[in-house]
Amino acid sequence: MTAPLFDLRDVGYHYGSQAALRDLSITVHAGERIVLLGANGSGKSTLLRVLDALYYPDAGSVRFCGRELTEELLLDDEFCFDFRRRVGLVFQNPDVQLFNPTVYEEIAFGPLQLRWPKEKIEESVARAMEFMQVEPLRSRPPYGLSGGEKKRVAIASVLVMDPEVLLLDEPTSALDPRSQSRIIDLIAAWKNSERTVITATHQLDIVEEIADRAHVLHEGRIVAGGAPREVLADLELLDRCNLVHRHRHSHDGVEHSHPHQHTHGSHEHKH
Amino acid sequence: MSHPGFVEHSIDGLSRALEHALFSEEMARRRGLLQAVDARAKLAGLLVLIIAAAIAHRLPVLGVLWMIGALLAVLSSIRPRDLALRLWLPVFAFAAIITLPAVFITPGRELFVVPWLHLAATDSGVRTALLLLARAEVTATFAVLLVLCTPWTRLLRALRWFRVPREAVVILGMTYRYIFLVLETAREMFLSRRSRMAGRMAGADGRRLAAASAGVLLQHTMELSHDVHLAMLARGFRGDVFLLDEPSMRISDGLFAAVLLAGAVTTWWMGR
Repeated sequence: MTAPLFDLRDVGYHYGSQAALRDLSITVHAGERIVLLGANGSGKSTLLRVLDALYYPDAGSVRFCGRELTEELLLDDEFCFDFRRRVGLVFQNPDVQLFNPTVYEEIAFGPLQLRWPKEKIEESVARAMEFMQVEPLRSRPPYGLSGGEKKRVAIASVLVMDPEVLLLDEPTSALDPRSQSRIIDLIAAWKNSERTVITATHQLDIVEEIADRAHVLHEGRIVAGGAPREVLADLELLDRCNLVHRHRHSHDGVEHSHPHQHTHGSHEHKH
Repeated sequence: MSHPGFVEHSIDGLSRALEHALFSEEMARRRGLLQAVDARAKLAGLLVLIIAAAIAHRLPVLGVLWMIGALLAVLSSIRPRDLALRLWLPVFAFAAIITLPAVFITPGRELFVVPWLHLAATDSGVRTALLLLARAEVTATFAVLLVLCTPWTRLLRALRWFRVPREAVVILGMTYRYIFLVLETAREMFLSRRSRMAGRMAGADGRRLAAASAGVLLQHTMELSHDVHLAMLARGFRGDVFLLDEPSMRISDGLFAAVLLAGAVTTWWMGR
């Protein structure tokens, strides 16, 4: 039996004295589409960085294809190149991901680091730019782009490496509805593909479309997991984790409140 | 018309700095003599001219080197007016402050006495100050020409080619990325401050705001810079600089470096 793609056991991570992840265990198999649901500060972004071997846990272990991810292992050129090619992370804030003088150089940065041949780089960059519709921006400095354009370039700069595992941190934030829809369609299209997609978000309305499994993070712990429909149905849990808000209104003059979520743009709910 | 306040001044200054940073990138992509030369030849040639200027002891020699710099600028589509405003005047102002004491403390024949302060300027002092001033202008001119006419990634690649340690090149690369982050973050901070302000800010309040903003800005941009580094690592960055079109040294590039080297040796010999 093949080892899981990621196997995290009792992972803990601290920023100084503040715990960001506590006793967190999760197993991810190849081809899965997973959503990490959590309010701001719940530990989603930290978890993605741990999965991408940018942070190393200060407790527990993280295994990738059966090998424990450690700083020493990532110092090995062969493993590092293989890992970086196979696992791509799109950061929540596109500004931190765009550091080259032009959009073209930005998208070519990853393949250049992996020392791909020039023809392959040009071909891949052209494909990624066309896919994310950023071709007209190729000579522009990323600094001067709009928020949505920056996000599209940031995603293109990761997709260009055609990673087997995509870690997406709030991929639809700061995007206009059309761009949001395009990203959701993109992730939805990867269903039944070989690609593994782990998306961190607090947008409940996109979960069912982009994931087969959802985990809820709260204060650095996974507090629930399962099929998206089941997780989203537990409004008390979502309320406790600040993922839904309480809706106050009155029926026949009697005021009451209940957890409330907006799914697929609808405000309907049962009473 | 009322004078702009501290916040407006800060926003204008940060906007100008951002424009300046973008101007450098745009300049590196223009057509011109220095832009057409291989980054390694340019780095070697201009570096020897900088060394020649730094060790020159005669003002006419520094004058010749300054003219070479101005000529290279013109041939590289850089207007002398831009250089004067962005480089020569600020360097003059800064270097003048640094060198001013030398006018009075260097022993020599007395030229004049400053009224009230009773400080005597000497001929050796004036000469020393002028030499320092000229050296600062000339070396800064060559250094800025190198940076303005070379895309940053090519310059970093050239440094690695000359075996500059990987750590130093990474620091330079990060510094470049940090500049944009700092400027943009600072500008947004001041814009958000302006959106919540009514009326002009008093001088003391402005100074308090500047001190508080500096601390917050430093902390915020340090975090952003850390994330930029993580984003680079996430895409396979290991400290080396790679280019899509690996530069190949042509005969003309070698000739260019040789001409500058000959010029540097000649001026060194004349300026002893």
